[in-house]
Amino acid sequence: MKHLLSVDDLSRGDVEDVLDLATSFLAVTKRDIPKVPALRGKTIVSLFFEDSTRTRLSFETAAKRMSADVMTFSVATSSVKKGEGLRDTVGTISAMGIDAVVIRHSSAGAPQRVTEWIDASIINAGDGRHEHPTQALLDIFTITQHRGRDLSGLKVGIIGDVRNSRVARSDAKLLTALGAHVTLIAPPTLLPESVESWGATSSLDLDSVLPELDVVMTLRVQHERDAQSRFPSLREFTKRYGLTLERAARMRPDALVMHPGPMNRGVEIAGAVADGPSSVIDEQVTNGVAVRMAVLWKILGSGGDVV
Amino acid sequence: MSEFVIKGGQILEAGVLRAADLLVRDGVIAQIGTGLNATRVLDAEGAVLTPGFVDLHVHLREPGDEDAETIETGARAAALGGYTAVVAMPNTRPPLDDPILVRAVQAIGADAICEVISSGCITIGRDGIALAPMGEMHALGVRIFTDDGSCVMSAGLMRRALEYSLGLEGSVIAQHAEDDSMCSGGSMHEGEWSSRLGIPGRPGEAEAIIVARDIRLAALTGARIHFLHLSTAAAVDLVRRAKSDGVRVTCEVAPHHFTLTDEACASFDPAFKVHPPLRSASDVAAVRAGLSDGTIDAIATDHAPHTPESKERPFEEAPPGMLGLETAAALTVTELVKSGVMSLTEAFAVLSSNPASIAGISDRHGAPLAEGRVANICVFDPDEEWIVDPVRLASKSRNTPYAGRTLTGRARHTILRGEAVVVDSAATR
Repeated sequence: MKHLLSVDDLSRGDVEDVLDLATSFLAVTKRDIPKVPALRGKTIVSLFFEDSTRTRLSFETAAKRMSADVMTFSVATSSVKKGEGLRDTVGTISAMGIDAVVIRHSSAGAPQRVTEWIDASIINAGDGRHEHPTQALLDIFTITQHRGRDLSGLKVGIIGDVRNSRVARSDAKLLTALGAHVTLIAPPTLLPESVESWGATSSLDLDSVLPELDVVMTLRVQHERDAQSRFPSLREFTKRYGLTLERAARMRPDALVMHPGPMNRGVEIAGAVADGPSSVIDEQVTNGVAVRMAVLWKILGSGGDVV
Repeated sequence: MSEFVIKGGQILEAGVLRAADLLVRDGVIAQIGTGLNATRVLDAEGAVLTPGFVDLHVHLREPGDEDAETIETGARAAALGGYTAVVAMPNTRPPLDDPILVRAVQAIGADAICEVISSGCITIGRDGIALAPMGEMHALGVRIFTDDGSCVMSAGLMRRALEYSLGLEGSVIAQHAEDDSMCSGGSMHEGEWSSRLGIPGRPGEAEAIIVARDIRLAALTGARIHFLHLSTAAAVDLVRRAKSDGVRVTCEVAPHHFTLTDEACASFDPAFKVHPPLRSASDVAAVRAGLSDGTIDAIATDHAPHTPESKERPFEEAPPGMLGLETAAALTVTELVKSGVMSLTEAFAVLSSNPASIAGISDRHGAPLAEGRVANICVFDPDEEWIVDPVRLASKSRNTPYAGRTLTGRARHTILRGEAVVVDSAATR
């Protein structure tokens, strides 16, 4: 695997590999010295054109635990818009001699464009409203820890600002490819134009779907991507689509509550639900490092056994 | 005085090809016949002589963005494409909303190897708030008024513009029909592909809504309306019905809207980003049907040069627009004539006589070739195959979506006011 741009790039075998590797790397991250020499001598650049806390730290932690050299390239969106274009930016970085670029960008397809300009491996850490493939992998890794590898028939609900969500698209496509049933649950204005092209079904009524779900995935309402003009108020959104305590009480007892973060507590999810017994949100973060170690190993490593 | 003969070609007359030589002397067509001779001969073996093409819609980027195109380079690209006249859109920087700017474009264009016709803005600054001095620009010869690149959103103001144009003989209001309030932030056609790619969309209804509205306004005022670059089945259908109702409406389509679909955006290559956007396959079929049944009056390129730097951005950030002048006639032949959508005669009508009539320049462009007329001629080889190589285009920019495509049909010679400005598909100056 040279790049990871979209979950469409992943075969079922690739996903199995990542899950196996992530299981091993998770053990590594729990050692006293959570570090392996797997990617010693490799240079990885994290290039984030858009704000991020957890994804950036997660990738950088993963790379460091693999003993790779990590360069962090800070980009203020405004300075890039003013001056240097994306092609020149990545060209400059590439000229320094690097092995991989982890890129986040506010525009769909930006990582794919970069593959046409430089030789390094490109890993998509979120591109606009398009995709976030490592988030999908870590979500699936987290689900399999609780439900086993066979996801066929698993009922997953993705709730809220689906239309603007790259996480929702990557999750829906990959979960569907692995046999799960994905239902996108949102007001009509926050659903994509073509739900079918995501392999999913949709519902406008959270309360009717919620009791059947094995996995309840809530999404952040993305203020910065015009979401607010698509419904009257956050209060109304929470009333109709928020995972409140009252709603959570109607979930299956073994349902998993997930959120890709960052959360707006009290909007799409009640704080008590996020911190409650069904929540695996912290596990998602922990697993994120292991899954990204697995992805880096698959792309940059020898492919052999490392742990 | 200059004299040459275009020898061995065929002339289209009432839909029938007839072998004929054409003698050009002192800027006019001196004689049409057989066995004509002159010291200088342009070979037309295998080619068809047609009135030079007329493009109602080009962006020459001067003044303001001369790194992307100039009047000189754009006119050269036009001549190589077989055009003898192009209408320069007024969305330059500053926009052509004042007689002094129109004068400047006309003065620079006077030396170009294609006649450059200035349009003028409908509103000052293309801001959609107050009418530009249309009458003063009309006095300089401006006939096409448009805020192209922006839609005139206010129905009240659009009505006033249409009404006012009634007092300006031969003028037409040309609308970029896309409702801003439905398109803001959108970079491609809204549909299955935008949904797959996560690129915010521009729905086809945004076009149809403005077309429907402006047809009502044209009917109300009795003024002429021209729709720029229509792209949807719904809009073509509205125009078809308006024409049968007797509304004074004309419209154009761009080659990319009958050759490409929104699926091309899956490459994330901004070469495929354009406003209005590449549409669905059913829209493309409807545009072709509209060309076939005469609903669509003209093929216009919407030639929109952008520097490589500005297109080397992610799709959503790159500016919209694509080159068109050097490929339009070939695409018309390759995609429409060869596939039976229209005859060569009809193709030449939508490339030449119809747009000339809309622009009010039929006195010198688009009229059947005849002795005594100004020699604005394209010698077009409908069978020449060539490959689109962006590096070899005459435009200053390289943003063609057809790189590497093999096309059939090419302008061999272009004659402007009796001067052979393109000979053997190369510009002479």
